[in-house]
Amino acid sequence: MGMNHEMVGHAYPASPAYLVTPENIAAFALAIGDSNPIYHDPAFAQSLGHASVCAPPTFPIVVTMAAMEKSFHDPALNMDFSRVVHSDQRFEYTRPIAVGDKLVVTTIVEDIKALGTNDIATFRTEVTSDGEPVVTGWSKLVVRGEQV
Amino acid sequence: MNDFTDLAEGFELPVVTKHFTRAQLVAYANASGDQNPIHQDEVVAKSVGLPDVIAHGMLTMGAAIQVVTDWIGDPTAIIEYSVRMTRPVVVPDTADGVEVTFGGKIGAINSDGTIRVDLTAIFAEQSVLGQARALVRLPK
Repeated sequence: MGMNHEMVGHAYPASPAYLVTPENIAAFALAIGDSNPIYHDPAFAQSLGHASVCAPPTFPIVVTMAAMEKSFHDPALNMDFSRVVHSDQRFEYTRPIAVGDKLVVTTIVEDIKALGTNDIATFRTEVTSDGEPVVTGWSKLVVRGEQV
Repeated sequence: MNDFTDLAEGFELPVVTKHFTRAQLVAYANASGDQNPIHQDEVVAKSVGLPDVIAHGMLTMGAAIQVVTDWIGDPTAIIEYSVRMTRPVVVPDTADGVEVTFGGKIGAINSDGTIRVDLTAIFAEQSVLGQARALVRLPK
């Protein structure tokens, strides 16, 4: 039993707001091994014209992955989470994520295609703060079918 | 500050080399919220057919863009960033972990003041990211 292809186009309810803090940004930068002071030193970031520290480019995955994972467990989608491999990721930035943003994610099932026994599912995650667009993510996931 | 006025397609950005360790995978799991045990527990990883614990693909993606952000100096210059995760980075339980080497070169210079940087990520002499591209706004 594969995924339910009739779910293409379905949008899940918006996620709870996630408050962006300097601490969360600094921890994420440390975790990707990037010691650039723009991620942890507000004075340095301000010297480059920013209000506070900047978020690393892949920081939005913190909110988009959590929002997507909620949808993965929707019984109507029929997605076996234990067989999922994240194959592709794309971000398009409308504006940089900033400290103080309250990020809200809407997850949309953009596409599901069968490839052999696998399903290839693309989820679009639209990230906003106070209703204004910030960044959009696209995550392509391969759900491996049962071996025959 | 680097000079961005006389760039050409094929220009190679300075290489960034990183070591992925088990401790870093735990830090990434905590910072990103991705607690899938295949990134921390070798028993679980091997039970699903992997050779050992593997790095989060999103950690590799996050590390690769440092090639661009170190060079351009400002992460907010990135307009789009996309990758395909083609192979896992296998991380043994050793102090040094494993080395991953990231590179980038200019693939296109656009008339609107943006450039496309094509990125590479090499682990154990094999590419682990495909179609890794960043669209970058050059400083005025």
